[in-house]
Amino acid sequence: MNVAFFFEVLIGGLLAGVMYSLVALGFVLIYKASGVFNFAQGAMVFLAALTFVSIMKMGINFWLALAITLGVMVVLGIGIEKIVLRPLVNQPPITLFMATIGLAFVLEGLSQLVWGSQPHGLELGIPDVPMEWLSQKWNINVSQFELFAAGVAAAMVAALALFFQYTRIGRALRAVADDHQAALAVGIPLKHIWAIVWAVAGFVALVAGLMWGARNGVQFALTFIALKALPVLILGGFESVPGAIVGGLIIGASEKLAEVYIGPMVGGGIESWFAYVIALLFLLVRPQGLFGEKIIDRV
Amino acid sequence: MLYREAGQFKATYAQDQQIFPIRQDRIAFALLLAAAFIVVPLIANQYWLSAILTPFLILSLATLGLNILTGYAGQLSLGTAAFMAVGAFMAYNFVLRMPWLGVIPSFILAGLCAAAVGIVFGLPSLRIKGFYLAVATLACQFFVLWAIQRIGWITNYSASGVITAQKIEIFAYAFDTPVRKYLLTLAIVAVMALLAKNLMRSETGRAFMAVRDMDVAASVIGIPIMKTKLLAFAISSFYCGVAGGLYAYTYLGTVEPEAFTLDLSFRILFMVIIGGVGSILGSFMGAAFITLLPIFLSVLFGGISHATGMEISHAVVSNLEVIIFGGLIIFFLIVEPQGLARLWQIAKEKLRLWPFPH
Repeated sequence: MNVAFFFEVLIGGLLAGVMYSLVALGFVLIYKASGVFNFAQGAMVFLAALTFVSIMKMGINFWLALAITLGVMVVLGIGIEKIVLRPLVNQPPITLFMATIGLAFVLEGLSQLVWGSQPHGLELGIPDVPMEWLSQKWNINVSQFELFAAGVAAAMVAALALFFQYTRIGRALRAVADDHQAALAVGIPLKHIWAIVWAVAGFVALVAGLMWGARNGVQFALTFIALKALPVLILGGFESVPGAIVGGLIIGASEKLAEVYIGPMVGGGIESWFAYVIALLFLLVRPQGLFGEKIIDRV
Repeated sequence: MLYREAGQFKATYAQDQQIFPIRQDRIAFALLLAAAFIVVPLIANQYWLSAILTPFLILSLATLGLNILTGYAGQLSLGTAAFMAVGAFMAYNFVLRMPWLGVIPSFILAGLCAAAVGIVFGLPSLRIKGFYLAVATLACQFFVLWAIQRIGWITNYSASGVITAQKIEIFAYAFDTPVRKYLLTLAIVAVMALLAKNLMRSETGRAFMAVRDMDVAASVIGIPIMKTKLLAFAISSFYCGVAGGLYAYTYLGTVEPEAFTLDLSFRILFMVIIGGVGSILGSFMGAAFITLLPIFLSVLFGGISHATGMEISHAVVSNLEVIIFGGLIIFFLIVEPQGLARLWQIAKEKLRLWPFPH
């Protein structure tokens, strides 16, 4: 086995895993704060990326387009809280889950209705080429763009960690995540908190949308990356930000390695389900995921 | 006035335990069956039979299967379409390789194969629940479709993975027209719905509900959790498998694995939720609603563009349909989270008192 090639695949997988983590983060945020398993996250990623690209196409500069899209996502988050979630307070989780599937349909239809359904290219100015010194020195090809994406993800996780740890709103968010009723009792406005969480999830969706859009083009297939994020979630635990990152790395690396080394034996194309099988086997050992909160619960 | 059980006394246990204890219900149900078996084939045209009614019945059966698992046993599953795919492709193989078996036994065997797959993918339910389980069943969805596409034996080595369902013949009687296919589907669905209704009223069904409501309490009163959960997966997958066989044989005819994507699983889950979680009748109502809604919407948009003379492009219409579909689901969940079956129940209670207020 070629060691350099192995490391190339491994690093490529880890970096692809970071991209999964970016999407998984959005799920974790909302699940943590409201206990809603938000299936519409993929649709939000798509909506954010499509909105951004379409605004860019109008000839508006990058930062302004970013600001406008962020505004759209924040308004969307608040709107979702008001129209969809508030009437569904106290419903069982499956009802809320179904509502977010309905929401995913609405967002997918809406974004294509407004911006059209043709795919767009997205250029962030970072070429998707191998790092030169790495390939010269060790003969390992690692994409510059993927390293950049990893950097963005790291920055975002750091920012979120600081936000959760040191700001007033962040503390309120953690309180709500811990116990809705206790949070209400000490005077945390649940409504505002939920709107904020959805807005933050919208921001995460925007970043994920930009990264994925720049890599694969902004097209309808972006909505399916939510499915890629699910094994990451069950591996890392639904309510853990570090879990989303570590889970993403594990899934990304093992998926790529399996595709390269096991794939040819069984006819290829195993990436569609391999991540799920890893996550499943893992769950059999540790049902709450890697970093999930330990719930003492008989099943 | 008309709908009241006053004066109907139950003198035997059999009378007390019948499915429809009220005479008016029995009459109404008999009329409904008569309409479905006799009137519909006489008046419905080919389009209605083959494009609307047959798929409606098949999806009702699949919804019923999922409802047994999710509604009665409380295990969320997103792999319904995969179980249907197992049913469809195994039915094809049984008919192909054991032609002497006949179509109906092939369907049953295909259903049993789906049940076996269901048990395997139901194993995680012994350790995990809720959304973790739902995501685990997604593994089934992707794995089964991948396996069907990769393993040549399943599709009889067809290059594109597409199979063509054989002609259905039962005792040398060919079910080849839309009317005959509709009647065959209806008969199978009716029998299986009756079985499901009775199963859910029996010890098995009550064990499912006990596990759903509180598994610890259920195990304390002596219900074997493992057996009950796996049985729920098996029965549910059996129903989905038979539905898949029918989907291939009486509706699609030519089947590709892509017919059973996650989208179909979600649609069936919608049918369960909109119809009513844990209700046999609700499965049918939900399936009817979700099947008819897109047709209604396209007719509506056709009417609007005709009336206003405005040309609405196809892309806009399909996007609007998706938006309205999603919006209606949210609306329904907000207004009546118990589903259409609950509305029906309320209507019946109101009808019982009518015209008096109390």
